[in-house]
Parts: sequence; structure tokens; C-alpha cells
Amino acid sequence: MTPFKYTRASDAADAVRKGAATGVKFLGGGTNLVDLMRETIERPGELVDVSGLSTEIVETDEGGLRIGAGVRNTALAEHRRVRTAYPMLTRAMVSGASAQIRNMATVGGNLLQRTRCSYFYDEDGSRCNKRVPGEGCDAIEGFHRGHAILGASDACIAVHPSDMCVALAALDAVVHIEGAKGARTVPLVDFHCLPGDRPDIETVLEPGDLITAVELPPMPFAAASTYRKVRDRASYAFALVSVAAAIEIEDGQVRDVRIALGGVAHKPWRATRAEAALRGAPAGETAFAGAAATELAGARPLADNAFKVRLAERTIVSVLCELAGVTA
Amino acid sequence: MSIFDDAKQAAQGLVQAGMAKAVALAPDSWVPGGKPDPLIRQRHGAIGKPVSRLDGALKVSGKATFAAEFPVEAMTYAAMVYSTIAKGRITQITVSEAETAPGVVVVMTHRNAPRLNPPPAFLSESKAAAGDSLPVMQDERIYWNGQPVAVVLAETQEQADHAASLIRVGYEAEEAQTTFEAAREQGTQQSRFMGQPLHDEVGDAQDAFAKAPHKIDATYTTPRHNHNPIELHGVTLYWRGDGSLRVHDAQQVVAHTAYTLARTFGIDEKQVVVTSPYVGGGFGSKTLWQHQILAAAAARLAKRPVRMVLSREGVYRVVGGRSPTEQRVQLAATDEGRLTAILHRGLTVRTAHNVIAEPFILATRSLYGAETFLLDVHHVDFDMLGNTFMRAPGEAVGTFALESAMDELAHELGIDPIELRIRNEPEKDPISGLPYSSRNVVEAWRSGAERFGWERRNPVPGTVRDGGWLVGMGCATATYPYHRMPGGAARITLSADGRATLDLAAHEMGMGTSTAQTQVAADRLGLPMEAITFNYGDSTLPGLIMAGGSQQTASIGASVIAAYNKLVGELLKLAGNDSPLAGLKTEEVGSRDGGLCALDEPDRFETYASILARAQRDTISVEAEPPMPLETMHWSMHSYGAMFAEVRVNAVTGEPRVSRFLGSFDCGRILNSKTAASQFRGGIIMGLGLALMEETQFDERKGRVLNPSLSEYHVPVHMDVPEIEVMWTDIPDPHAPMGARGIGEIGITGTGAAIANAVYNATGRRVRDLPITLDKLL
Amino acid sequence: MSITINGKAVDPPEDPRVSLLDLLRDHLALPGAKMGCNQGACGACTVLVDGERVLSCLTLAAQMEGRSVTTIEGIGSPDVLAPLQQAFVEHDGFQCGYCTPGQICSALAMVEELRRGVPSHVTGDVSSEAIAFSSEELRERMSGNLCRCGAYNGIIDAITATCRETAE
Ligand SMILES: Cc1cc2nc3c(=O)[nH]c(=O)nc-3n(C[C@H](O)[C@H](O)[C@H](O)COP(=O)(O)OP(=O)(O)OC[C@H]3O[C@@H](n4cnc5c(N)ncnc54)[C@H](O)[C@@H]3O)c2cc1C
Ligand code: SF4
Ligand code: FES
Ligand code: FES
Repeated sequence: MTPFKYTRASDAADAVRKGAATGVKFLGGGTNLVDLMRETIERPGELVDVSGLSTEIVETDEGGLRIGAGVRNTALAEHRRVRTAYPMLTRAMVSGASAQIRNMATVGGNLLQRTRCSYFYDEDGSRCNKRVPGEGCDAIEGFHRGHAILGASDACIAVHPSDMCVALAALDAVVHIEGAKGARTVPLVDFHCLPGDRPDIETVLEPGDLITAVELPPMPFAAASTYRKVRDRASYAFALVSVAAAIEIEDGQVRDVRIALGGVAHKPWRATRAEAALRGAPAGETAFAGAAATELAGARPLADNAFKVRLAERTIVSVLCELAGVTA
Repeated sequence: MSIFDDAKQAAQGLVQAGMAKAVALAPDSWVPGGKPDPLIRQRHGAIGKPVSRLDGALKVSGKATFAAEFPVEAMTYAAMVYSTIAKGRITQITVSEAETAPGVVVVMTHRNAPRLNPPPAFLSESKAAAGDSLPVMQDERIYWNGQPVAVVLAETQEQADHAASLIRVGYEAEEAQTTFEAAREQGTQQSRFMGQPLHDEVGDAQDAFAKAPHKIDATYTTPRHNHNPIELHGVTLYWRGDGSLRVHDAQQVVAHTAYTLARTFGIDEKQVVVTSPYVGGGFGSKTLWQHQILAAAAARLAKRPVRMVLSREGVYRVVGGRSPTEQRVQLAATDEGRLTAILHRGLTVRTAHNVIAEPFILATRSLYGAETFLLDVHHVDFDMLGNTFMRAPGEAVGTFALESAMDELAHELGIDPIELRIRNEPEKDPISGLPYSSRNVVEAWRSGAERFGWERRNPVPGTVRDGGWLVGMGCATATYPYHRMPGGAARITLSADGRATLDLAAHEMGMGTSTAQTQVAADRLGLPMEAITFNYGDSTLPGLIMAGGSQQTASIGASVIAAYNKLVGELLKLAGNDSPLAGLKTEEVGSRDGGLCALDEPDRFETYASILARAQRDTISVEAEPPMPLETMHWSMHSYGAMFAEVRVNAVTGEPRVSRFLGSFDCGRILNSKTAASQFRGGIIMGLGLALMEETQFDERKGRVLNPSLSEYHVPVHMDVPEIEVMWTDIPDPHAPMGARGIGEIGITGTGAAIANAVYNATGRRVRDLPITLDKLL
Repeated sequence: MSITINGKAVDPPEDPRVSLLDLLRDHLALPGAKMGCNQGACGACTVLVDGERVLSCLTLAAQMEGRSVTTIEGIGSPDVLAPLQQAFVEHDGFQCGYCTPGQICSALAMVEELRRGVPSHVTGDVSSEAIAFSSEELRERMSGNLCRCGAYNGIIDAITATCRETAE
């Protein structure tokens, strides 16, 4: 680890002030940042600990929830309203990492966790455009079984590893940000970027921007939502593919639906094409399969991750069938 | 391997072959184990009891001190830099920034490293322990991607790590051999195991195969694996004023390591002391690698003690793993399912600097009574880190291929897979022709099948469904040989207060050795367990005993028997003519209740205390070596198991999960039923990993391991592991010390195939390429 | 502000790079918490911070100011083992013993989480307040603690024998 200074922010304004200097990074639970610093992939000169800030979950006037950026993953998962009104979020939380990590990790840090691409981690031995823009990407012709099938570029095929973000993408969450220029909000689906030719740019945050909260709008039909994660071992593994979904059915027809995918792209992937195909369609396996195929039609898999296309399609169909109470 | 070495090996092979014949034909009584160990008959002692581990209280309270935890004054902490090319030379290495970084004590590269001899590679001579024979940081040559190129010592670990990150290395890369296909095209070489070629022929197997009415011809592939003990390889060491080296290491070969370090540093063997009281798992990996040598070299340079703990990535860079294999198995059978030919041939990967090729045909040599055999292992040499033995080298991956093929054959013939195996039960070892010392695998099959509920299996694949899961059952034979390496020795010290101390340079890595051997010693000496002190894990103790090859139990057992017999002889001399034992010969005497007695007349008895008192002695101490392990040239000695798996495969995602597992073992006498059950389960769980998830990703473009971490190399977690049932025949092997064959490795054998066969039964898909990940089942 | 470790006040290290794990092992001679990866991937370094289980390898010691840390050394000693430690010995919940302190610390906090009703990946209905005690729940919740020796069955048995009543 490169030497750094450690300070704690007393409040958001203090954090934003401190964060304005170059080389400063905010510290949440440290479960990703400390690891990356040890690998010398991240070399901040100063850490401003923001894990003690905004640690509350409050109900909004509209009947949604405002989740502080400092809320620990476990606290979010076990929150009563989250469990009853947004169960897909609880399910996503508890399928991520391990209990110990969930006790440490914060919502802000989870949003900003970086990819687990092996070549990204191999700081001295491999080429990676995300670490060194323009250097090349060793994953494209290397091990990429876990890599992206949607929205990837010739520069980078990494995936965003978060489970939480997939549920947030499906739930129309909004990210609250405070920066030098004041406060602003960004919908979660616009918060993370596709790699394009600058995979080092991962979100719309400006240097020094602090995440203060994530807001969930009310979504009554999300009370019966779910999250399914497919992985190589039964627990403590990142997703190969995951699906967050909620569906509202009236008279056998899909009134409204939310679907987001994890493990398939550089960002949590909101399946807007599938959703559009489903609204107004009869709720049944045929429509679900058609919608899934529509979404995955845009997939550009490589040799070793082509299975993810089928896996994603099948998992979407299965999850929707389960929610709709029809057998696949 | 040089031509010279090949010739030497061939010559050794001839001598051994000649000797083997003589030993095979010798009368039983001339051979060690010819007369059963008297302890086999004793059924009411400590042996076999479920005694809890004697070191348990220390381990559960964090008070067992591991290698990297020994406090030493003026300690320095080490960090390493590893090469990023597979072959070539260092053209430039810039250390100035690192040298001036805060807290740095020394930066060592090939430019300033002390001159060292190349270490003798493991198995190249009896006491050798090194992973390979390459020079260690002596020049600018690079031999593998990941080779250490610099060591930093600093006052704290944080300072060392940071300084290491400041070192800049320039390389000139040369073309390296790191791709399987390219290497294969350049030609393959005959592989050897312990000096002997891995090649066997009985009859004309090709011809028998061509003529058979039923046959299987399939190719199975297994990837690289890493041992991944949870304890990182770490060492704390320092040089003493007298030029001696003190090493606190995590070791499964303390004496070999002391010898090899001494050779490397050009000092006397006695000047190196290696101790290792606790080892946080080894599985074949806790031997001598470059890190201990480099730590000692850096300590000499800095004149300070060194603690070097490899990072998890560091372990993958400098500690070898299991090599990949490509195995073709051809089975031929009659309509009744009698095997007429077994052909098991294939290819593995090695380096030119060590002698270890994955010997995947070992189990095939003696498992089934086919009429003809053609077995062979060839390898290609890579420019890579020298790989090594990992739990059940050969058998773990070899049984995956053979036992999958047996399942394929059973399916082809429409015979129950257990029945097929029983029909091919051999009367004597089909290749060596030796009689089996003890083989009760059929009993293990029958009792296991009953307990597992095998009769409930639907033989038609893909027919059983439970909700969203396809359910299947599979089975396979497990097997692992009895080994006993030459070089054992033990010292027994008996004191007048009725206590005994056993000293051996043996190891406890979690196998339960220290507990089980205390039980054995108690029974052998006729003392309560509390009166026994078992000292181990120290290179200054007697014996050259390797914790590997599941041979430690036999090696310790035979050594203690030799020392015990000597002790009895000495005690009889001391007892003299006034003792009730007067006139008895050593072999007529046994122990009970803190003393010696005549075996047929237990009332002729005198306590140790009384004998020693009369002779006016406080203690008596003897040391002895067991005879050469000729028993394995006289009998075919193997442990067996019948493995049963129930697997669930998700109908939507293809995720495979093991829902039930049973291992039914025939491993001779079980010395401690509690710790033995854990050994079996531990092996099975590693086999579950091998079947479903483990793979070291080796990027052939660079010859570099790309998943050097526990989050990307998957080992089974709690949730992957169901309750595992284990049972055993407990039939003593009359020709093994205590009647016990080793149990440490057999659990990983057969497991991969049992699971793969269950996957087939569940889904109708035959996966011949490990690991069986969901993409292969979609 | 100081850090409380097993009831004793300790000054935070001067170098903020020092992890809680290195503070314990290298600076305070408390090697009970083990290092198996230093990457958050094995759980061997698990300790309790204000009663919650966390990974000390990914925790900066500086973050612990004002907090109370309990390590395996604070749970029981070889002469006076805590009931769960005793159960690990009886049920053979370890072999090499290296992952063991982490397993035990993890299990103690896990039982509290169960009692508090924190749902897990295998909980059927995450909206229900009480979680049924089952082997599956224990296995999922303990999955952050790897054991390469494969002592998993014994660990679950030890936890079940000791903690079933507390958890329910
Ligand atoms: C072995 C392992 C397995 C894992 N498995 C999974 C998994 O299966 N699924 C999954 O989803 N995740 C998994 N994770 C990742 C884990 O979820 C993340 O590490 C965690 O969510 C990050 O949160 P944190 O608070 O610790 O972030 P930190 O590590 O503290 O920070 C991460 C980043 O966020 C920034 N940051 C933190 N807070 C703020 C803020 N308020 N404003 C602006 N920037 C901020 C930091 O500067 C840093 O760049 C795993 C991690 C490990 C180590
Ligand atoms: S996929 Fe992206 S993160 Fe991985 S090596 Fe390529 S550029 Fe780097
Ligand atoms: S050492 Fe902390 S999780 Fe492995
Ligand atoms: S007991 Fe050895 S790793 Fe768990």
C-alpha cells in the first residue's frame, strides 16, 4: 500500500470539502478499496472515512425509502420495510459476498465497487485498459468466461460485480450526490457507464463527489419481487448471471414489469427491451421467453461466455414464471 | 531431465526390478509385516476410540503457534517481487527508490544475493525437499512467470510491501513453451514415478480391444489445481552467531528441509534446525520452495531475523500445484461384463527442473482384473513453476477418468455399475501378480450400497425430478496404495515414574497424527494415554518421515515397533535373573499395565518402575530404525472405498449441487474413529471441489496463473457441502503396522467420478472435462 | 481515542496502512486471528467488532478508534474454554485448526444474527420476522468461512449442539 493520510469526515459538507483535494478517496467499509490499495491498483494519498455519515433508512413523503450511503449492507437487508416492500433488494443483498463483508460494506461503497476481472487485478502482469487506458485488454482473448455479453466494447468486456445494484436498477432507484457544485440526483440506471473507449470511467461522478443516499420510489407491485443469482458455487461467489424482477399482472395480462440483469454488462443492466415487449402481453411462458430473447438479441458473446446468453434467457423466464405463478 | 539422469534412473530401475522379484518370492516371515503386529489382536485399548484431538484446546483458543507467529527480537518483514515473463532474462532492475523508502532494511536481487548452491529437488535423492533444482536468485535468468526477482526486508510488513511495489524490472523475453498443443507437437516424453517408467503392458490390449463386443473409448481432461491450505506459506527464521540457521516453518518434511537448506547454503546438516509444531494444512504443498531459501538468504544479508509470509498470490507464484491431464481410457468387455482390456494412456505437463509428473495410471494398475492392460503416462515440459504432488497425486484425477469410463461401460452393457465392478474383482494384483495383503472392497460396496439406498436409483438417466431439480445417483471406487518410505526412526524414553516419551521427526497438519499415535503408543507400551508424550515436527528428532503419500502412519508405526522391540530387549537385560520375566525372549514379551509380561502368561509380569528401580536407573532410552519397506514388494497393499453421490442439477440454470454423499471404506484398522472420519470427509470435500469447481487458470499466452486468489479459485464453502456419511470395514491389514493403512488421501479418489456419474444419471449428460460447471450442463 | 481490544485500551497505530489483522498479529502479539488471504476471501481473520463479525484483514486499524474488538483470545482460554470452543473439540470441528478461530468468532455472531431475524440467501420468506433454525441456514450463514481441511460437518454439529437454543 502506498502511504496515505487517514481522516474522518464529520458530516457531508466536511467530506465534500476534504474530497475536493486531489488524490483523496472516500472510505466506506473498505472491503473493496482496501483490497485494491493493497494491490496498488488504487493509490490515494488521503482517505476520508465517510462510513459514519448518513447511516439511516427513512421513509420518504411519497412512501418510498431513502437509504443513507453509510448504511451497511446487512442493515439494508434486514430492514423491515425493505423486506416487505422491496424483497428483491433484501434477496440481492444477502446473496452478495459473505455475512462478514455485508456487515462492513456500505451502500455507497457497494455502488462503486470495481470489477473482479482477473486481468484488471493482475496489476504488474497483464494489460488492462481500465487500469491504463489505451494499453490493451488481455481478457478479450484470455479468460473471459465471467465477462460481459451486453454493452461491451473492443476496449473492455468487464462486468460490474454488484448484486445490490441490479435490484436498485430494477427498482428505479435514484442516487443522491453532493459535490463542489452542490447536490444533484442521478437515476441509478444512468449512474454507471458502459465501457466505450474509456473503461476507466465507470460512473458519472465528478472527482470529489460524495454519494449521500439512494432513494427508492414507491412501487407497490415490488412487494412480490425477487432476485435470483446463478453462480459457480453455492455461496460466496460472484454472479455469472443474476436477475432482479417484479411483475404486476391484471386479468392475465402484464400491466407493469421491472427486470434487471447482473453479471452480463459493465453496469447493472436494465432490461428495457424485455420490459417493453411484456407490457400488455399475456402473462405466460411464451411471452416471457419472447421478451427474454428480445433483450438478449443484442448480446455479443465471446467464445467462452456464450453460455451466458442462454443462461440469462432461461433465468429470466424462470423468475418471471415464478412471480406470475405459472409453471415453466 | 538430462540423459545422465535418465541412465541413472534406468539403472536404479533394473536393480529395483531384480530385487522386487526376489522379495516377491521370499517367504512371508522374511518380510516386514510377515508376522502380524501383536497390537492387531488387542481390541480393548485406546486404539480405535473416538479420542478428541489432544491439541484441540490450543487450536480452538488461538493458542497453537503457527510458523509465522513465533515472536523474535529485531524481526524484519519480507515482501517479494515476481517475474511477469515466463522465460528470458532481467535486463534492468531498479531498486534505488525501494532502498530509500521508509523502514527498508535490505533489498535483495540476483546482484547482491549470497551465493547459493542449487537445492536438490524433491525425489531426486532421499533427503531432498526442494520444489525444483533451479538456482535461487543467482543470476538474471527467468525460468517461469512468477519467479521471485527481488526480496525486500523492512521494519514492518506495510513498509516492505510498499517498497516492493517501487521496484522496477525490465526483461528481455524469450520464446517460452507454455501451450499444450504446441508442446505436444514438439513431442512427448515417457513419464516416471519414483524413478520407474509409468508404463505397463500385460498381454495385447490393443488386440483385445479391437476384438471385444463392448467397448468404451473416451478422453477425459482435468485442469491444474492448487492445494490452497488456508494457512499461507510462511516462515520465521534467523541465523545464530555460530553460523547455524533456526527455522520456524510450516512443514510436512522437516528433516528433508533441514538437509536441503544445509546443502543450499553449503553448511552442515546439523546446523539447520527446522521445527513445525502446527501446520495450517498442507496437502502436499508445505515443503521447501524458494521462499524459505530466499528468506534465509536475505536474513544472512541483513543479519536480522526474517518473517516471510507469502501473499495468496505469492503462494500461486512460488508453490507448485497439480498438473493438468488429458487421459484416454479404453475399456473392452464381454457380454457378461468381464473386462478383456484396459487401456489408460495420456499426457500431463511437467517442467525440466523437477521429476514430478502427474502419475494418473497408478490406481488403474491394480483395481480390476482385466485380461490385458496398456497403461502409459507421457508428458511435455513447460516453462513454468515446477508442479508437485497434491493430495492423491495420480489417483485423484486418474480415478476420475477410469471410474467415469467404468460407469459408461456399465451403461453400455446395461449392468448395474456396482455389479460391473464386483464382476471384475481380481484374485491377485493383475499387473504385479502379487497377492493382496487385504482387500475387502466388495464388502465396502455392499454395506455402502445398503446404507446409501442405492436400490432406489433409477438407472435411466434424466428421469428423476424434485421440483426444479434433476436428481441423480452415482458411484465410483476409491483407492489409494499403502506406502512406507525408507528412512523412519524413533526414540522411546521410559522413565521410572511410568511416563514415556516418543520422539520422531513426524508431522501434524491436522490429520490427527499426534493424537492417534499417542493412542497407539499407549497400547503398545501398556500405559495410559496421559503418560505418553509424543514429540514431532522437529528436524533434530530421529527419522526421515514424510507426511505425504498417506504413509506417515505406517512409517511412524514401523519405527515405533522397531524402537519398542529394542526397548523390550534392553529392559529384559536390565531385569536380569531376579525378575519374573527372566529367561523370556523379546518376541515372547508384551506390555500391559505399566510393565512387561509374558505374552502367553500375562501373570509373569513386572512393572517398568520396578525393573528400572532394581537396575538403579531413572530412565531408559532407545532409538531404532525399522526394516526396509519390503512388504510392498511382497504384497499388493491398497486401501479401498465405495463412493456414493446424490447430485441435484438445476433444470433451469444447470447449477450442480451435491445433496448426499457416502464413503464406505476399507482401509485396514482405524486408529481413531473421530479423527479418521474427519480425514475421510476432508478428502471427499476436496474431491467435491475437484468435481465441480476447482481450476487454476493458466493463461497459455504468458504462462501465467490468472486466478491467484481464493475468491477466483473456488474451493467448496459450507453451503456446498452436505452432511457426509462415512463408514468402514475396520478389517485390519495383517501385514501393516497396527493393521492400519493410511487414510489421508483416499477420500479425494473416486469422488470426482462418483459425482460426475451422478450428474450423468441426473441429466443424461456425460461431462468428461473437469470441473463440471453449469455451462457444461445447460 | 483508543481501540478496545479484549477489554483493554490500545492506541491506534501511527501508520494508517496497518490493518486490524496486522495490528493484532504483528503489533499486539495476538495471533489468534489468522491470515488466509488478506483479500476478504476466506474468513480466517474474522473478529467481533461491537459484537458484529467482520474481516480484520480489510479493516484499517484506524477505523477502529472508539470501537470494541473481541478476538478468539477474548472468548476463552485453553483452561477455560467457552461452550462453543469445547463443542468444536468434541465434534472435531477442525483439523489443522487454522480456520478455527475465525469459524468460532463467526459462529458466535451468526447465532446473534439468527436470533435477531436477519434473513439469509436460503430464507424462504424474507418478510417473516423469525428465522427457522436449520442446517441449511447455518451452512449458508457460515459460508464466509472457508475450511480447506473440510471440517464443515463437524463445525455445523458443534454450532448446533451449543447454540440451537440460544438461536431460537
Ligand atoms: C471476497 C469478496 C466477495 C464479494 N462478493 C460479492 C458478491 O457476491 N456480490 C456483491 O455485490 N459484492 C461482493 N463483494 C463486494 C462487496 O460488496 C463490496 O466490496 C462492497 O459492497 C463495497 O462497499 P464498501 O463500503 O466496503 O466500499 P469501499 O471499499 O469502502 O469503497 C469502494 C469505493 O467506493 C467509494 N466510496 C465509498 N463510499 C462512498 C461515498 N459515500 N461516496 C462516494 N464514494 C464512496 C470508495 O472511495 C471506493 O472507491 C465481495 C467482496 C469480496 C472481498
Ligand atoms: S475486460 Fe476491462 S477490466 Fe478486464 S482487462 Fe479488459 S479492460 Fe481491463
Ligand atoms: S484473511 Fe481476511 S478474509 Fe482471508
Ligand atoms: S481446520 Fe484446516 S482449514 Fe479448517
